[in-house]
Amino acid sequence: MDRPKSPLLTAALLVGAVALLALLAWGVSSLRTRSAPESEAAPPAAEVLTVYSGRNEKLIGELIERFERETGIRVQVRYGETAQLAALLLEEGPRSPADVFIAQDAGALGALARSESLAPLPEPILARVPDERFRSPDGVWVGLSGRARVLAYNTQRVKPEELPRKVQALTDPSWKGRLGWAPGNASFQAFVTALRLLQGEEAAVAWLRGVQSNQPRKYKNNTAIIEALARGEIDVGLVNHYYVFAAAKDRPEALPVQNHYFEQGDPGALVNVAGAGILRTSRQPALAERFVQYLLGESAQRYFTERTFEYPVVADIDPHEKVGRTLAEIGAPKLDLSKLEDLQGTVRLLQREGVL
Amino acid sequence: MGPLGSIARTALWVASCLVVAAACLPGFYLLLRAGEVDARAWEVFFGGRTLELLGSTLSLAFAVTLAATLIALPLAWLTTLSDLPGRRAFTVLLCLPLAVPSFIHGYALLAAFGDGGLLDGWGAPRPRIYGFWGATFALTFSTFPFSFLAFRAALLRQDGSLLEAARSLGASPFEAFARVTLPQLLQAFRASGLLVAFYVLSDFGAVSLLQYDTFSRAIYLQLEGAFDRSLAALWSLGLMALAVLALGGSWFFGGAEGPTHAGRASRRPRRAHLGGHAVWGFAAVLGTLAAGVGVPVGVIVLWLTRAADRWDFERFWTAAVNSLWISLLAALVTVLCTLPLAWLSARRASSPLVRVLERAAYASYALPPIVVALSLVSFGIRAAPFLYGTFVLLVAAHVVRFAPQALGASRGAFLQLSPRLTEAGNSLGGSGLDVARLVAWPLLRPGLVAGGALVFLTTMKELPATLLLAPIGFSTLATQIWSATAEGYFAEAALPSLLLIALSSASVAFTLHREDSAGVGATG
Repeated sequence: MDRPKSPLLTAALLVGAVALLALLAWGVSSLRTRSAPESEAAPPAAEVLTVYSGRNEKLIGELIERFERETGIRVQVRYGETAQLAALLLEEGPRSPADVFIAQDAGALGALARSESLAPLPEPILARVPDERFRSPDGVWVGLSGRARVLAYNTQRVKPEELPRKVQALTDPSWKGRLGWAPGNASFQAFVTALRLLQGEEAAVAWLRGVQSNQPRKYKNNTAIIEALARGEIDVGLVNHYYVFAAAKDRPEALPVQNHYFEQGDPGALVNVAGAGILRTSRQPALAERFVQYLLGESAQRYFTERTFEYPVVADIDPHEKVGRTLAEIGAPKLDLSKLEDLQGTVRLLQREGVL
Repeated sequence: MGPLGSIARTALWVASCLVVAAACLPGFYLLLRAGEVDARAWEVFFGGRTLELLGSTLSLAFAVTLAATLIALPLAWLTTLSDLPGRRAFTVLLCLPLAVPSFIHGYALLAAFGDGGLLDGWGAPRPRIYGFWGATFALTFSTFPFSFLAFRAALLRQDGSLLEAARSLGASPFEAFARVTLPQLLQAFRASGLLVAFYVLSDFGAVSLLQYDTFSRAIYLQLEGAFDRSLAALWSLGLMALAVLALGGSWFFGGAEGPTHAGRASRRPRRAHLGGHAVWGFAAVLGTLAAGVGVPVGVIVLWLTRAADRWDFERFWTAAVNSLWISLLAALVTVLCTLPLAWLSARRASSPLVRVLERAAYASYALPPIVVALSLVSFGIRAAPFLYGTFVLLVAAHVVRFAPQALGASRGAFLQLSPRLTEAGNSLGGSGLDVARLVAWPLLRPGLVAGGALVFLTTMKELPATLLLAPIGFSTLATQIWSATAEGYFAEAALPSLLLIALSSASVAFTLHREDSAGVGATG
């Protein structure tokens, strides 16, 4: 059975094959240039910093590029999920090529601190963050920006009078079927840990059971909750404060979702931080320190307020006006954020109660 | 058997064992990590939760495998043995769902049927898509192409002359079907059923969006919530145990089958004439396409209408080129690596050792990709630090995970190549090289290319291993899509998604075109 030969087809296939070979060759050559800094045989290239970032490229990439331009230091970044990168760092161990780890939450930094993977930070860096809650008590990690826990709500389906003042009120049956949460999300787990620390284990269990009886919908992350709120799938959701601003930017029409803050001192008013630490095994400690210093500098902190609507951790910058509240006004509960490292205990609790 | 020397035969065995050992590497890593578990973790693991997860995972895998088979079989028949107009175009289109990452299938379902979605807006009655039924629906429509391709290959391999001989000897149409066609179909069911079931076991994207708890979801939550690799390892071992059970079960399905007589000289059975019933054929095909392709593509097009934040063409172009060539490389290497085992599996199917090896190659297919990635990090950074951070480990991860896909197709290709043909070639005076080039290669090519295309498709949309193992700064279309959707920038995810689907469909079209021209179907 002979295939009818079409000269045009043959030509097209030939061109395609040549193009593919060219691509392969290009790829192989870029393999050689890219992998050169990583190979152990060659000495580490001067002025190249390796960062593992659990913060999304879309959020922090621009800031890193600014750093590169201003200092001439080349930065290569591995982006990924904070927890997966933490697992990667733990797996890589002492041979890890990473210099700096930027984490979306303090829990990951705590896990690395516990395994003694982080180096103590110099005094000038720690001094930039006056609030003790936003840095490690052992001085091995430092917060970069703050995020407040809020109750986001659909403005069309929830009346302002209904909004609860304490997070405890969410156990009320009037919220049945109207609530969403993301139990796998680090920020939520940090909140539950805070609940355990502030009100005791039994109160935390009671709260979880109370909310569970209201059949909350489970979501993968905070973005998914905001999307669901916009769709009207749920009426209220426990998220971080800045997601609603980010979602609003993306849409041409107005978003029917707003933030509601719990009252001062309530566990629901928790403020958590994204932070950074320098690896003990870093081969570029001086560059790493310069990088972390930059992230705590005025330009970077202002970037966080404008681009991501987060709270700055340094003393001389104010949050974005749209945020509508300062850190002082939130009145976050007094809590040692490094104690939020007991995520294991929280996760086991969540699993025992069938939340996770 | 055959003109191979004993050195060549030993090399084949060694190569096969090496590849299978690589496939089992994640298993060793898991055993090591699980050894670090403390008493409290065992408490959680043996608590009721694990049984619950076992039940939910198994029922999902079973339901999806069944549903995918039921959808794929009639479609395969329609596109191969009937005279439905537009068969060839439909064949390409029906493979497209494989090109769509599973979390996009999940988003698509939510956008169409979820609260606040399209149907909700029209006030139309809609099914409840969260939980078991939604997850089944999403996963069925993303995996049925595996079954479709396998059944299609089995039907195309039908030897018309055998069927006619059976009829002429007095067998009823049903008996002829049962004795000639059915064994082939069962083979196809075994091969594709494993692929589908294991895909369901390892999937995370769809089940998390549709809020259905399975083992893989628990594993991710462990890693993300507790940074607890040891408990995650326990659950991963649980998954592997399930996989081993399934593979053991497939022992009974898989048999020692000799090479088929199908070759270029065979005749396909006559096509069934549909006539007025073609309407039903169209309905089936178009309905499936709407669910598996139309809805995801529609959702992505909707994303385009959202305001884009910043558009970075250079990064997009780099990612596209990266995706293309890493997928090509992975396809090439995977097919090459699985050739020895495929040959053994086709020629020595009766040997128990071969049957064990063949199944062991599937060992890591049921594992969540992050577990495979971490195991290779662990191995790579200790055993071969000079390779760490290069592409080698990433390609190795793809080989370890996708070997079963290539293996199935390559095995089918070797089954096409009857030893009698190569013997005939030799006896007519051809040298080994001539026989390989003129007799073996044209018959093997469609199957090998099909296996490569399957690996190409799955590598294009692969994410977790790429994030952890690729050289720093290496971005693909899949990582770009993840980056955008993770922060809700859906507009920026739209173009990479469309390009991903376009490139994948081009590869499918190319494969099927070559296969048809060669006159034999050889996938699966």
